[in-house]
Amino acid sequence: MAQEQKQPKKSSEEVTQDEVAPESDVAERKEALDDDVDAILDEIDEVLESNAEDFVKSFIQKGGQ
Amino acid sequence: MGTEVEYGVTVQGQPMANHMVASSQVVNAYASATAKARRARWDFEEESPLRDARGFDMSRQVADPSQLTDEDMGLANVILTNGARLYVDHAHPEYSTPEVTTPRDIVLWDKAGEQVMLDASRMAALVPGTQPIHLYKNNTDNKGASYGAHENYLMRRSTPFGDIVRHLTPFFVSRQVVCGAGRVGIGQDGREHGYQISQRADYFEVEVGLETTLKRPIINTRDEPHADPEKYRRLHVIIGDANLAEVSTYLKVGTTALVLAMIEDKFITRDLGVDSPVASLRAVSHDTSLKHLLTLEDGRKLTPVELQLEFLDLARKYVEDRYGDDADAQTKDVLTRWESVLGRLERDPMLCAKELDWVAKLSLLEQYRSRDGLEWSNAKLQLIDYQYSDIRPEKGLYQRLVGMGRIERLLEDSEVERAMHEPPEDTRAYFRGRCLEKYADSVAAASWDSVIFDLPGRESLQRVPTIDPLRGSKAHVGELIDRCETASQLFNELTHG
Repeated sequence: MAQEQKQPKKSSEEVTQDEVAPESDVAERKEALDDDVDAILDEIDEVLESNAEDFVKSFIQKGGQ
Repeated sequence: MGTEVEYGVTVQGQPMANHMVASSQVVNAYASATAKARRARWDFEEESPLRDARGFDMSRQVADPSQLTDEDMGLANVILTNGARLYVDHAHPEYSTPEVTTPRDIVLWDKAGEQVMLDASRMAALVPGTQPIHLYKNNTDNKGASYGAHENYLMRRSTPFGDIVRHLTPFFVSRQVVCGAGRVGIGQDGREHGYQISQRADYFEVEVGLETTLKRPIINTRDEPHADPEKYRRLHVIIGDANLAEVSTYLKVGTTALVLAMIEDKFITRDLGVDSPVASLRAVSHDTSLKHLLTLEDGRKLTPVELQLEFLDLARKYVEDRYGDDADAQTKDVLTRWESVLGRLERDPMLCAKELDWVAKLSLLEQYRSRDGLEWSNAKLQLIDYQYSDIRPEKGLYQRLVGMGRIERLLEDSEVERAMHEPPEDTRAYFRGRCLEKYADSVAAASWDSVIFDLPGRESLQRVPTIDPLRGSKAHVGELIDRCETASQLFNELTHG
């Protein structure tokens, strides 16, 4: 466990600016990270085309170079 | 150097829409709306009678698209005041950057191209009766069709082509770990489910060749320098993905230019060739853990990152050997970033989620997979792949990630805005762009290597060749263009001055 604390995983590096994540508290860090990911996905959800199946079916291109 | 990007195109509510028509509508809308770009046509054949260049009228482009023949559509082809070319190629709107000399300038004018395309598609939507047309900066529909994002590098003619093939092939097999754009789907038609590093890898079938639309080769042999053929060749690179992330584009072009410089200077003495380049290219793309082992011709087995580190090591020595402390800041920056990215890719690719397209996209997809328990076959993941490349700021997922501060940028919006209209200052694109901007009414046609004037009082059109890509820069002609109020004045000074 102590080892894990010393080696922050990839995405926790991305929230180093997060004011509520003290170095020592893994749980809090993880929570902040999850909140962060949730916030991202919530925002992406808002702009994603509504019918994925239909959109994917209709995305047809002609070949190019 | 320069890049040319074909954009994917959809017409809202019309999956079977004619893509050539839609692409033409986009290009023509931009041509009509930007009056200065309107008159000059692309000069395809410098040998053809110049009279043919006269009488071109963009207005027939707004005829009912169903009445347009292929020939008419061939006219959807304009030159912009930033020196770029906007046209229709193979049923896709395409933007070619003006010629530039640095990787950062590639990023800048390539990004300007995204904004031009965005404006163009919005302008097309204003024409009554047209459905909205959406553009995607990607390279495949995951149903078998692929379209390109090419790079062009000016090289000395004296460089043996065999050297280029030998050293560049292993570089191209491995560089996708840095500049891949990421793709949901495996195989040309996306039959297998999963994620791979490159948009384009599965569409490459041979090692060397002239084709660009089928049997695509890792090394393309098109020899069309758009410059003095005695001195130069233009290396036409067709293997790259269209990148959204600025760092991806920057490193793609910056590292490739370094490797090409080493090849020109015969600096690479190690043979880094890999067995079965085409199969290896795909195997690298299909392994997002980056652990796939490439077999080198000397028997060593290296991961793609280790192979890139070999090139980095050579490049560091090359720059030290040739320039020492005098190396320019951007070259040093490319080396530093390259090393930093490779180091992190080796530890954990996800550490590059803010810089590299394929990692940013994968990171987002994995977050969705984990939150919603999605299999790779789920249409939502495919949708995310497409929509990552939608160039609209309100819809594009890359754009949303930038908006949320999840992507590192190299550029300011204000300079991109400027680069939509202003040419680079250190190549012939400066002359082309300024002439288009200042003497729009007198420029009959232009191309990479010429500007053709239609001057009052002269029977024939007057062609000014721009055969040397580094002449016609601001240093050469800036003051002259500032001083000349009319194209006639400019032409007289050029020919008699």
